[in-house]
Amino acid sequence: MLTRTDSRSLLEAVQAFLFKEARLQDEHQYKAWEELWTDDAIYWVPANGDNIDPEREMSIIYDNRSRIALRVKQLMTGKHFTQSPQSRLRRIVSNIEVMGEAGDDIAVASNSMIFESSLRDDTIWAAHNEYRLRRVDGALRMAYKKVTLVNNDKALYTLSFLV
Amino acid sequence: MNMLARPPSWGDLIRPDRVHGSLYSDPAVFEAELQKIWYRTWVYVGHESEVSKPNDYVVKSIGPQSIIMTRDGDGAVHLLLNRCSHRGNHVCSFEKGNARSFTCPFHSWTFANDGRLMNYAFPDGYDGQERSDLALARVPRVDSYRGFVFASFASDGPSLKQHLGGAAETIDRLVRTSPEGEVEVTAGFLKHRVKANWKFVLENETDGYHPAFVHQSIFNVAESGIGGLYGSKSTAVTRDYGGGHTEIDLRPEFRKRDQPMSWFGTTAEKLPDYVARMEASYGKEAAREIMIDGSPHVMIFPNLFIAEIQMFVIQPLAVDDTVQHVTALQFKGAPDLNRRLRQQTMGSVGPAGFLLADDSEMYERSHRGVHALKPEWIYLGRGMHREGRDDLGFTVGHATDEVPSRGIWRHYRSLMEAP
Repeated sequence: MLTRTDSRSLLEAVQAFLFKEARLQDEHQYKAWEELWTDDAIYWVPANGDNIDPEREMSIIYDNRSRIALRVKQLMTGKHFTQSPQSRLRRIVSNIEVMGEAGDDIAVASNSMIFESSLRDDTIWAAHNEYRLRRVDGALRMAYKKVTLVNNDKALYTLSFLV
Repeated sequence: MNMLARPPSWGDLIRPDRVHGSLYSDPAVFEAELQKIWYRTWVYVGHESEVSKPNDYVVKSIGPQSIIMTRDGDGAVHLLLNRCSHRGNHVCSFEKGNARSFTCPFHSWTFANDGRLMNYAFPDGYDGQERSDLALARVPRVDSYRGFVFASFASDGPSLKQHLGGAAETIDRLVRTSPEGEVEVTAGFLKHRVKANWKFVLENETDGYHPAFVHQSIFNVAESGIGGLYGSKSTAVTRDYGGGHTEIDLRPEFRKRDQPMSWFGTTAEKLPDYVARMEASYGKEAAREIMIDGSPHVMIFPNLFIAEIQMFVIQPLAVDDTVQHVTALQFKGAPDLNRRLRQQTMGSVGPAGFLLADDSEMYERSHRGVHALKPEWIYLGRGMHREGRDDLGFTVGHATDEVPSRGIWRHYRSLMEAP
């Protein structure tokens, strides 16, 4: 059981991690963002609700670690035209909660609101995020990130930045 | 706005090698298309496997109109317009489910899942009113081909079979990829919206000229064998079946490779269960041929696109607002293949797909582009000098030629000119 001071410092460390991830995403620092992931990572953006089975039904993104790497590689070619020119992005990350701990893993929840300005138009994205962060060599890494867009049951415009 | 003086002469706007930019951008053209194409010709609506059990329903669409596809208690499939016969409310606001009846929440009118009005609330207010006159509206003609349910708002006209014509064979080819000869649509749909005219989407589906450029970013990093299929040296062909149906026939390339499952970027060794089931169903030799030829790449006019491993349904909402509904095809009796089909589909299509995110960018840039009024025309003359005929008499061209676009527009013109 964590003491009061411990839980505060854990929350601060988690918050610093999420803010850093948000900055790397907003600023298209693809490689630095990729390095946040563990080798067994899952990056999941479901469609059609909060609790579909991604092994049976379509998700907007359901990447294992090698597919995360492929996604980043495509972005880095400079010929992924949907991100050339890149979207201008700023996101607010809030409502950060530590939901539980198991060994080195920490379950975290947050909300995010993202303002995207692209050639098409300005678009607002809103999501609930669930993470499993892991302590690796004294630093936090992402083993799992699920991004549940509020409007994921509707027809969505192209989502080609890192969400 | 790229507006024209009304009325247009379609022949002035659609020529053999070019079409006028206003056809993509003029709201009056879009309104005319709804009447002449979407609310008249055969349109794909849904698949029988989406309502597999009695009383299942799923909400589909024809253009901007909401359509409830139901299976009644006796197993018959119905297409009902989602509009209460009382005051026009949607009678169904859930995407899918199982229900014997739909009760309109406004005044509690209740309709059976075959459209009959069963009850209205406080019936003494309707002295002698015949209920059968107040059923939900039905799409006048409904027919299916190998499980694919199509509908036409025209009460007479060509049959579905006549409409599909030579392109029906591509659906035959598709279902043969299943050891049980059936496709299932069970993996749920991604819904990808674009701010572009639906015809940019339609034409792109069988445009074999763009992949080498639009998709170079993923071809370069994914070690995909797809790029070569669409190169200048490709032996694949584009085909115009008439009726607006078009295909990129990749079989010549796959037959050169002569490797079962190469069409799917894998080998027979990696899918032993599937291969065994195919051989048991079709015999060793025929199974091998099917697994070399692969699943088709065909655009059934105006809205069903089968792209080897996935299926797209194009829904036009406004002149500059289009949704592509996309799902992984699932082949009955092929669980090991189906799992890979789902994974590959999720990677390539939908709003974050490696392929479709770039396609959608092109639709939207083209749509904005044609608002510039010169040079007025979209030039579609690629490969006109080298068009040929296949054994069945259909027009064919090189994999990168604009045979499909020309075929689409020829049929489009005939529909728009029809009285």
